[in-house]
Amino acid sequence: MTAIPGVGLLALIAVSALALVRTDDVTCQTIALSYYGLLLALMFFLFRAPDVALAQITVGAIALPLMVMLAITRMKHREATRRKEKEGK
Amino acid sequence: MKAGHRLVLFAASALGIAWVYCAGALNMPAWGQYRGPYGDAIAHLAVYQRHATDTVNAVTYDYRGFDTLGEEFILFSAVTGVMLLLRPEPGRPEAKKGKSSGNPASFRDRATLSETVQVFTTAIFGFSVIFGIYMATHGQLTPGGGFQGGVILAAAPMLLYIAENTDAFRRIVSHPLVEFLEGTGAAGYALIGVAGLAMGTAFLTNVIPLGTTGDVFSSGTIAAISACVGVEVAAGFTLVIFEYLREILSREKNEEP
Repeated sequence: MTAIPGVGLLALIAVSALALVRTDDVTCQTIALSYYGLLLALMFFLFRAPDVALAQITVGAIALPLMVMLAITRMKHREATRRKEKEGK
Repeated sequence: MKAGHRLVLFAASALGIAWVYCAGALNMPAWGQYRGPYGDAIAHLAVYQRHATDTVNAVTYDYRGFDTLGEEFILFSAVTGVMLLLRPEPGRPEAKKGKSSGNPASFRDRATLSETVQVFTTAIFGFSVIFGIYMATHGQLTPGGGFQGGVILAAAPMLLYIAENTDAFRRIVSHPLVEFLEGTGAAGYALIGVAGLAMGTAFLTNVIPLGTTGDVFSSGTIAAISACVGVEVAAGFTLVIFEYLREILSREKNEEP
């Protein structure tokens, strides 16, 4: 039956959510977020919702971490550029 | 606020949330016991009425196609908003050329990328593109659909970026066709809806011949709308990726010998 893997997976998700919140570094947190999204997708698949699982993989494990990562990259780039401009003057 | 007061406040709100949560959890229907009438009705009717074996997509792209049209335009306006906010500012370093030594903001460390990563990501690039197209065109048969396929397609160029094939990555994401495709995908959905009006029925009526159940070209407008959404989502995400990385890409281009 699906009961035991289901409960185990839900427990894993709860632990991962806690670990995700407790991660300090933003870049590490984004990767953890992707992992967490993948776990949620696995849960949807286990509970017989493959459509939602696929949407969760694309949104939770690819699109959202990607957007966060891109924003971080851009911010870092801007900061470095500004610092360099200051040093140059 | 003192620590003691804070603890009391936390305990009170935690108890309240726990009570509401437990009340909700205890009142849930048992595992596998579905209460509403619509799910069963749709599951029995979708294959017969729409020749689509994936009921979920029959619902999203046909029975409630108007809602999905709204969702599609939410994405469209979000992409437009990102492009507007991140447009190149006049006088930013982007315009200055050939004035830099090293790139401290480079997200990747050129010295430490392993060949395994490079070869593997390049190898699965083609696979991702094929899989994305498959996903977007087979939504009416199996789980998946335009949205999922579109995101997979948009994520494929990122693999090239990870593999440090920056030149190819830039050529793909900065292509002027991407902008055109985003508009075409969004407009295609609306036009398929208008086709119903032109043929004398309601907006977004399934007017295309339904075909044989199980074929790729079956289920009428469901397959067509799914493909349109796939094009729109893939192009929209690619545009956002390009807007975010535009400065970094132009910087890297200037640095290359």
